[in-house]
Amino acid sequence: MGVDIKIEGLTKSFGKQLIWGDVSLTVPAGEICVMLGPSGTGKSVLLKTLIGLLKPDRGSVVIEGVDICSCAEKDLYEIRKLFGVLFQDGAMFGSMNLYDNVAFPLREHTKKSEADIRKVVMEKMDLVGLIGAEDKLPGEISGGMRKRAGLARALVLDPEIVLFDEPDSGLDPVRTAFLNQLIVDLNAQIDATFLIVTHDINTARTVPDNIGLLYHKHLAMFGPREMLLSSEEPVVRQFLNAQRVGPIGMSEEKDADQLAAEKDMDLPPLPPIALQLDPSNGIPRRSQRPPGEWCRENGVTPPPGSFLQDSVLAGGAGA
Amino acid sequence: MSSVSAAKVLAPVGTAGKLFAFGLDVCRGIFRRPFQLREFIQQAWFIASVTIVPTALVAIPFGAVIALQVGGLITQFGAQSFTGSASVLAVVREAGPIATALLVAGAGGSAIAADLGARKIREELDAMMVLGIDPIQRLVVPRVLACMLVSVFLNGLVSVVGVAGGYVFNVILQHGTPGAYLASFTALAQMSDVWQGLIKALIFGLIAAIVASYKGMNAGGGPKGVGDAVNESVVITFMLLFIVNFVMTAIYFQLVPAKTG
Ligand SMILES: Nc1ncnc2c1ncn2[C@@H]1O[C@H](COP(=O)(O)OP(=O)(O)OP(=O)(O)O)[C@@H](O)[C@H]1O
Ligand SMILES: [Mg+2]
Repeated sequence: MGVDIKIEGLTKSFGKQLIWGDVSLTVPAGEICVMLGPSGTGKSVLLKTLIGLLKPDRGSVVIEGVDICSCAEKDLYEIRKLFGVLFQDGAMFGSMNLYDNVAFPLREHTKKSEADIRKVVMEKMDLVGLIGAEDKLPGEISGGMRKRAGLARALVLDPEIVLFDEPDSGLDPVRTAFLNQLIVDLNAQIDATFLIVTHDINTARTVPDNIGLLYHKHLAMFGPREMLLSSEEPVVRQFLNAQRVGPIGMSEEKDADQLAAEKDMDLPPLPPIALQLDPSNGIPRRSQRPPGEWCRENGVTPPPGSFLQDSVLAGGAGA
Repeated sequence: MSSVSAAKVLAPVGTAGKLFAFGLDVCRGIFRRPFQLREFIQQAWFIASVTIVPTALVAIPFGAVIALQVGGLITQFGAQSFTGSASVLAVVREAGPIATALLVAGAGGSAIAADLGARKIREELDAMMVLGIDPIQRLVVPRVLACMLVSVFLNGLVSVVGVAGGYVFNVILQHGTPGAYLASFTALAQMSDVWQGLIKALIFGLIAAIVASYKGMNAGGGPKGVGDAVNESVVITFMLLFIVNFVMTAIYFQLVPAKTG
């Protein structure tokens, strides 16, 4: 069973540049969360703060009763064993081939025999579709392959918390669809807590249980998927529907003139909310809620056409 | 405004402090098990392979120049019989450690900084820390020890090649007598000169590797950051090594009385 991450009043700046301030949220145990945000809003910085690679200016990140931001180095290395992390560029060790890269955590942290290691490594390589590329060096493969290899390495120690930095950037649409299915299946299998940073709207709309949006140096909204997908809040609405009309401009924020010019424009209607992606065996995940439950409980009328069976088949059509 | 300039003035002090703290971390890491023997051997081999040939090539003209200078000077004093001794002294005491410092910093240190810098910007170091492995223990300690070991070897190499080069120059070009050159070896030089060369080389290796590792691990801002890190590490190491060399020489002269021949 995964563990939850309690983030309280987190603030981070580099020198004078504030990245984000006062971010508070709880990533619930065993659920899939997606963190969205325009480029450069500090999503990668947030992930690095959660694993203690960067120290925040203020605030705390509590995992299993330990505050990552103020604990001793020794405890930090212990806590990190709970994590599997996929970095934005895969972060494979350039001097080792893929097999050794994936085997690395096992060799360092377990007393498994080489034969056992081989079994686990091949199983994970198969999972990400990299069988046959074990002997390649990271420099010799494509970005997408590096990413999948990074995923295999992140999963090899059966982590309780899995952090993904843009698992789908640099992947083709088919691989992205497979990867999304893989994430859902993994969550069903190992019940780990997943936090995914992504730009892919389709992923954000169909995979997670919860969505968060970082915007303009703060956490604009964090909550159940249906809450954000049915939200009328301009920033959330603009981002989740990939529209040009709204407060977000090319360079972070639009100026007053632009906003005034847009004032009378009609916002396009909210697209229907698609069904959440089911695990491939069809049995709902433990943390999965029935479609439309949140909307019913909170008296929100979902956009017309939501939660229809064929909207999931259409895949990206809703986005 | 004044606080900004004060911060700027004090910045080098902060950097020096961080470098020192990093050095302490490395020293602590040396005693932490398991020791990375494989990495150590690989690194020692690698550093040796990038430094041995240039060191030998530098040592020959170094020895020759010293032989020329000393030989000329000593002839003017009419003390030709000490030529061998004087050039041995110069090579073993100063030229050896200095040539070692130049090559360890220039070839070994730059390779370390480039390697760690590239790992840093590819987020390999972050990935390692996330996998629960301390890069200082895993990567830096073996490099520092390897660099120290190789420095000692290089120091020996420079001494041998330099003295041999001096011999060739003195005997062939300056028409000194081989017998006198060899016989006067021990007239001024003594065993403690060899020891101090050795200790200097050890410390130079330590400093070069620590500065290079520190700069490499703190590289930032993409490939250009790695280039800057390499560049800075070489410049800083040179400056530090020459200062440390001066201080150690001064201490040595206080501690060990000169031999009267
Ligand atoms: N080590 C650092 N030192 C200084 N500034 C940094 C550092 N790391 C990140 N930043 C700054 O923090 C901001 C956020 O960077 P980050 O990489 O987290 O963005 P992001 O949201 O992940 O963007 P993208 O979606 O493009 O990956 C950027 O403006 C970047 O310049
Ligand atoms: Mg990023």
